Amino acid sequence: MLLIVLAMLGVVYAAVGQATTADAATDTAATQAQVTAGHKLFQEGCSSCHGLGAQGTQNAPTLIGVGSAAADFQLSTGRMPLAVPGVQAPEKKIQYNDTQIAALAAFVASLSPGPQIPTAKDLDYAGADLALGGQIFRTNCTQCHNFAGAGGALSQGAYAPNLMSASPQEIYEAMLTGPENMPVFSDQTLTPSDKQAVIKFIENIRTEPNPGGWSLGSVGPVSEGLFVWIGGLLALIAAAVWIGAKVR
Amino acid sequence: MSAVVDKAGPMLEALDERLTLANYVKRNLRKVFPDHWTFMLGEVALYSFIILLLSGIYLSLFFKPSMTEVVYNGSYAPLKGLSMSEAYASTLDISFDIRGGLLLRQIHHWAAMLFVASMSIHVMRVFFTGAFRKPREINWSIGVGLLTMGFVEGFAGYSLPDDLLSGTGLRIAEGIMLSVPVVGTYIQFFVFGGEFPGDIFISRLYGVHILLLPGIILLLITAHLMIVWYQKHTQYPGKGRTNDNVVGYPVLPVYAAKAGGFFFVVFGITVLMAGFVTINPIWAYGPYTPDQITAGSQPDWYMGWLEGALRIMPNWETTAWGHTISWNVFIPGGLVMGLVLTAMAIYPMIEAKVTRGYKDQDHDLLDRPRNAPVRTGLGVMSLTFYILLWIGGGNDIIAKFFDLSINQITWTLRFAIFIVPPLAFVATKRACLGLQRKDRDKLLHGRETGTIIRLPDGEFTEVHAPLSEEEKAVILSKTDHIPLEAPAETDANGVALSKRKLKAARRTAHLSRWFYDDNIPKPTPEELAAAEAHILHGYEEGHLVTEHRDSLEPEGGVLHDPNAEPAEPSK
Ligand code: HEC
Ligand code: HEC
Ligand code: HEM
Repeated sequence: MLLIVLAMLGVVYAAVGQATTADAATDTAATQAQVTAGHKLFQEGCSSCHGLGAQGTQNAPTLIGVGSAAADFQLSTGRMPLAVPGVQAPEKKIQYNDTQIAALAAFVASLSPGPQIPTAKDLDYAGADLALGGQIFRTNCTQCHNFAGAGGALSQGAYAPNLMSASPQEIYEAMLTGPENMPVFSDQTLTPSDKQAVIKFIENIRTEPNPGGWSLGSVGPVSEGLFVWIGGLLALIAAAVWIGAKVR
Repeated sequence: MSAVVDKAGPMLEALDERLTLANYVKRNLRKVFPDHWTFMLGEVALYSFIILLLSGIYLSLFFKPSMTEVVYNGSYAPLKGLSMSEAYASTLDISFDIRGGLLLRQIHHWAAMLFVASMSIHVMRVFFTGAFRKPREINWSIGVGLLTMGFVEGFAGYSLPDDLLSGTGLRIAEGIMLSVPVVGTYIQFFVFGGEFPGDIFISRLYGVHILLLPGIILLLITAHLMIVWYQKHTQYPGKGRTNDNVVGYPVLPVYAAKAGGFFFVVFGITVLMAGFVTINPIWAYGPYTPDQITAGSQPDWYMGWLEGALRIMPNWETTAWGHTISWNVFIPGGLVMGLVLTAMAIYPMIEAKVTRGYKDQDHDLLDRPRNAPVRTGLGVMSLTFYILLWIGGGNDIIAKFFDLSINQITWTLRFAIFIVPPLAFVATKRACLGLQRKDRDKLLHGRETGTIIRLPDGEFTEVHAPLSEEEKAVILSKTDHIPLEAPAETDANGVALSKRKLKAARRTAHLSRWFYDDNIPKPTPEELAAAEAHILHGYEEGHLVTEHRDSLEPEGGVLHDPNAEPAEPSK
C-alpha cells in the first residue's frame, strides 16, 4: 500500500519536475553534423516506436523536450533501444558506441530545449558534503532505492534498480530526467551541489567497508530473519543432535 | 588442596546440620532426565536469554535513552554534523566508538532473534508430541506467555535505537493503537504522552525493555523450569518406557555436563554470527524522522507475520457517526495476533474436552505426531497460515528477487490465506493416517528386508523380518482413542438433561468424532501373536532359502527359484 502511495507521489513529483526543467538551454556544444548523424541513427533505430519526428506514438513517449541528458542516460545504460515492450525498460548491453550516443543525444536535444548532459564540472563531487548527501538521499531516494541503494520493488512489477553500478554521470542524469517511475529532481529541487552530494554519498556506500561484517545484501531485516533460521538455528540444531548422540 | 578438602568436610557437615539440605540436594542431583535432541531446543532459548541479559547489561552502560536532539560528532563521517536523538547518537557511539560495542550490539540482536526462534521450534516440538497434555497444561500457557513476551520485548529493543526502522515500526504500532475503536486516540496519547513521536517515548520504552519485561520473562522462565523439574520430563516412547517411569541419565554428571557444554556452543555460535554477519546496521538506516522511509522497511522476523497481515489486508474502513473504524489496520494489527495466541493458549483445554479418559491419566509418554492426525493437521495448518503471512510481510523483497509483481503476490496471498491452510490440514491428516497404516502393516507382516524370493507357484515375494523389540514398543505406544458419545436425553436416574447441557454435550461429542473418528487401530494382542508366529516362520524359511541359494550360486542373484532346487533342506 505504502509503495503505491509513494509511486503516486513520484508521478506527481515528475509532473511538477517536467514543467520546471523545460527552460534549460539547448546543447550548444553539439554541432550540426552530429545532429544530422543522430537523425539518421534515430530513423533507423528509434522511429519505429518514437515516431519519425520523435513526437511519440502509442508505443513510446515523445522525446521532444526530454533533452540530451535523457537520451544519454537511456542509451548509455542500454535501456534504449527497447527490445521488448514490458513493465519497464531493463538495463542491457549497450547498443551504440560513444560517438553514436553523442550524435543521438545531440539530435534529441535539437528537437526542443531540455535537460543537458552534465559537464565535467557538474560531476566533480570531490568537495561535496557527504552528510548532506546522505540526508538528501534518505529524504528523496531511499523510499524506492532502499537505504543502501540496493533497490526495491515498486507496484505492478516495476522496480527501482540497485544503484551500485551506476556511474556518477548516470546518477546525475537519472535525477535530472526521472526515468520511468522516478521523479524528476530539477536543479530547482536539488541544486547541482546537492546532486554532487548525493553522488558522493552513493559512492561512499559503494566503497565503505562494512563494519558489521557480511551485509546479507543490505535489504533489511528479511535477510536477517532468513539467516537466523537457516544459518543460526540449523547450526544449533546440528549441535544439539551431535551432543545428543555423543552421550550414548 | 587437601587442606581445603579437610576443612570443607566439617564445614559442609555443619551446614547440613542446620539446613538439612543434603538429602534434598542428593535427591535432586540424582533426578533422571530423558535424552533427545529435541529436548534441547528449550535450552537454546534459555541460553539465548542469558546471553541477552549479559550483553544487554553491557549496552545499558553506554546507551542514552533520550529523545533530546543532539548534533552528532562521532567518528562515522556520513552522519557527522546531523542532528538526531541522543538515543540514536549513543547507539552510533556504541557501534563505532566504544570498544567491543558493535560486537556486543550484534550479539544482543542475534541472540534476540535466536531467543524467539528457538522458543518457536521448542513450542512446535511440544505441540506436535502432545507434551502439553495433563499435567502440563499450565506450563504450556506459561510458554505461550513467554513467546508473547519475547515478541514484545524484541520489538521494544528494536525500537530503542531510534533509527529509521525503529521509528517506522513505532509508527505502525501507533497506527494499530489508533485503530482500536472508540479508545484508540486515548491509548495513543497515553502511550506516547501526546502526538507521535513526542519526546518521552524512548525513555519510557527503555524502562520496559531493560526492567519490566526482562523481569517478567525471568519470572516466567523460573516458574517454567521449576514446573518441568517438579513434574519430571516427558519422554519419547520406546522399550521399557511407560507413563510411570523416566528413562534417561541423572543430572550429575551426564546431563549437567551436557547442558553446560551446550551453553557454550550456543554462546559460541551467537558470537560467530555477531562477529561475521551484520545485523541492524542502524548507521545505514539513518536517524528517524517522520518524513523519511526506506524500501526494505521490515520488522524483525518474529513480527513479520503481523507485518504480512497488515500488508495483505484489503483497504476496508467504515465511517459511522463521524468516526472512522479502520478495519484495514485493526483486524490484522490488533486481532490476528491476539486470536492466534489465545487459540494456542487454550488448545490443551479443547483436546482435554474431546478426549475420552483424559482426566484419569498423566501423559508422560509423548505422542508420535502421526498418532494424533487431527492435532498434527491443525499444527501444520497453523504453521502454513503463519508462513503465508510471513511471505506477505516480505512481499517487496520477494517481488524484487524473483521478478514478481507485489500486487500479484498480495492478491495471491489474499486467497491463499483461506485456501492453503485447510488443504495443508487435509494433506497432513492423510499422511498421518498413511503412516499409521504402514505401522500396522509392519506389526502384522514384519519389516521389509529387501530380499525377494520366488515361491513354488512362481509368485515373487519379499522376505519380511520380525520387528525389533524397540521398534515394536514405539509402534505399540499408540493410543486408539474412542470418540465421546452423545449423551442420552436422560441420565442414569431417568432425570432429563437440560436442553442447554444436552446441546453442549452433543457439540462436544461431535467435535470428538471429528478428532478421533479416523484412526487405523493397532492390532489386538491376539492378532499380533498370530502375526508374529507367521512372520517368524516366513522369515526363517526365506532366510534358509536365500542362504542355500547363496551357496549354490556364488555369483549371487537376488532372484531365486526354489523349484529348480533339487534338494530342499529339512522343511
Ligand atoms: C520498442 C520500442 C522502442 C524503441 C525501438 C526505442 N524506444 Fe525509447 N522508449 C520506448 C518506451 C516504451 C519508452 C518509455 C518507457 C521507458 O522509459 O522505459 C521509451 C523512452 C525513451 C526515452 C525517455 C523518455 C523520457 O521521457 O525520459 C528516451 C530518451 C528514449 N526512449 C530514446 C530512444 C532512442 C534514442 C531510441 C533509439 C536508439 C529508442 N528510444 C528506441 C520505446 C522504444
Ligand atoms: C518513486 C521512486 C524513485 C525515487 C524516489 C527515486 N528513484 Fe531512481 N529510479 C527509480 C526507477 C523506477 C528507476 C528505473 C528507471 C528505468 O528503469 O527506466 C530509477 C533509476 C535510477 C538510476 C539509474 C540506475 C541504473 O543503474 O541505471 C539512478 C542512478 C537513480 N535512479 C538514482 C536516484 C536518486 C539519486 C534518487 C534520489 C534523489 C532517486 N533515484 C529517487 C525510482 C525512483
Ligand atoms: C528477552 C530479552 C531481550 C530481548 C529479546 C532484547 C532485544 C533487543 C533488541 C532487538 C535490541 C536492538 C538492538 C540493536 O541495536 O540492534 C535491543 C537493544 C537494547 N537492549 Fe535488549 N533485549 C533483551 C533484554 C535486554 C536486557 C535484559 C537489557 C539490559 C539489562 C537490554 C538492554 C538493551 C539496550 C540498552 C539496548 C539499546 C542499545 C542498542 O540498541 O544498541 N536488553 N534489545
